[in-house]
Amino acid sequence: MARVVLIEDEPNIAEAIRFLLVRDGCEVLALPDGLGGVAAIAAGRPDIVILDLMLPGVSGLDLLAAIRADAGLAAVPVLMLTAKGQGRDREAAERAGVSRFMTKPFANAEMLAAVRDLVGQGRERGHDQGHDQGQGGGRP
Amino acid sequence: MPMQALTGTRLRERRLALGVRQAEIAEAAGISASYLNLIEHNRRRVRGDVLAALAAALGVPAAQLAEGAEGGLADDLRAAAAAVAGAGGAELAEVDRVEEFAGRFPGWAGVVVALHARMSSLERAVEALNDRMTHDPHLSESLHEVLSALSSVRSTAAILAETEEIEPEWRARFHRNMHEDSERMAAGAEALVAYLDGSEAAAEAGIAAPLEEMEAWLSGRGWALPELEDGRGETLGAEVGRLASGAARELAAGWLAQAAADAVVLPMADLAAALEGGLPDPLRLAARFAVGVEVVFRRLALMPGRAYGLVSCDGSGTLLFRRPTEGFPLPRFGAACPLWPLYAALGHPGRAVLAEVAVAGRRSRRFRVLAHAGLRHPEGFGGVELREAHMLVLPVDGGAAPTGPAGPLVVGSTCRICPKSGCPARREPSIVSLG
Repeated sequence: MARVVLIEDEPNIAEAIRFLLVRDGCEVLALPDGLGGVAAIAAGRPDIVILDLMLPGVSGLDLLAAIRADAGLAAVPVLMLTAKGQGRDREAAERAGVSRFMTKPFANAEMLAAVRDLVGQGRERGHDQGHDQGQGGGRP
Repeated sequence: MPMQALTGTRLRERRLALGVRQAEIAEAAGISASYLNLIEHNRRRVRGDVLAALAAALGVPAAQLAEGAEGGLADDLRAAAAAVAGAGGAELAEVDRVEEFAGRFPGWAGVVVALHARMSSLERAVEALNDRMTHDPHLSESLHEVLSALSSVRSTAAILAETEEIEPEWRARFHRNMHEDSERMAAGAEALVAYLDGSEAAAEAGIAAPLEEMEAWLSGRGWALPELEDGRGETLGAEVGRLASGAARELAAGWLAQAAADAVVLPMADLAAALEGGLPDPLRLAARFAVGVEVVFRRLALMPGRAYGLVSCDGSGTLLFRRPTEGFPLPRFGAACPLWPLYAALGHPGRAVLAEVAVAGRRSRRFRVLAHAGLRHPEGFGGVELREAHMLVLPVDGGAAPTGPAGPLVVGSTCRICPKSGCPARREPSIVSLG
């Protein structure tokens, strides 16, 4: 079961996404903004973060940078929701290490496929990392 | 190749193009063939009346042949050449032979100028639209709102349509959300449409230069508005209403209201009577009619049968009105020559600035230029101070007029196409140089 942290300020979009993902077997923590910072995200121990680019208070870009700078969250895949016409922001997000974009309005099937795909990739990477750590740490 | 003394060359080229012998043209113009030969080789300066006769015989406007008078076309050609300069600013066109080109192929030269004008206006249109798409926060906000609502509706509707066995509470909730978001979407779309409709005028303003549009209208009327004198001003209002862009309509309507007010305090008949013995000093005229000198300037610029040029600018130096006079080029794009007495007046409101002026590259023509600036306080004490400067350009008949020991003030239209060398006021390099 994948744990998803969803940061989206549009309550009805957040509700629809949450419903979809929960039906698909995910555990979803929905946040209305990024004001809680990485601490609020880390509290959900996410396998994937879904982040709206345009958020009140803290921008999605700043939040993405904070996630990538956080030791615990750096490897977590981030799916960024964007509206059309945000070309320059998209470029900036790519530089900041976004995993994938999803353009609004999206189809529900697209959303589910993207989340499954990214969670799968993240788990592979996380598994590798865990393996490395195991060797390096010399655990019994 | 010098820019002057080319009238003869143009005469010769025109005659050869027509395939006519010197003797024929000379006879038609009432001069001897040998004299024409000297003129054609630029060894005799051609008098105005002879030039007019030769022009008639060759079937071209005298202005096109006259020394310096082709400058308008040549300047436009230089500007066109500058606009399509190659890498590193290298000239692609033979700019030093521009007058030869204009003289030999006036039709093609006209085509080049027309294409350049069209290209410039299209470039401005693209810039304006581009600017609007990328930097308009209102547009992107409205779009974002609609897309967000649409996004929510799409997901929610798909859930309702595709989820089997959905709980009644969830179903009710999603129905409510969809209803909310469809309302939001409708409001957002409405705002977007209203915005796009309302900003049409702004887009037009970026596309066509309103001042040029107004100038074209007045030029088409020969700069005469007799309707202002006999109370038929409303027919002019209708003409202004047919200008293409909203910005030009607004500009012209404002200007027309001012012109109508001017006509009331200084009727053209009174002004014409005062000018019978020659043009008196405009400041004295202003005192006699108890009006501001700018009123006299504006009225003079609209006098039928006189070719008095007038340029006005605001405190930023931006031209607000242009009534060109032959031989004194006004910039089509970009800022004007900083040496214009207009700007000297702008810096000293109330001062009467008088200058004998020649245009760089055509120094045989002289102009008497009078400039004056005034202050306005439309908000009263404590409000903003606006200044407006006006420059009356009077052609001096009979070629070079006597000037003081310092000679005339040599000005240009705009730096890019001004040939004046060693100019202390130069802003940017010229693409023209005197050979």
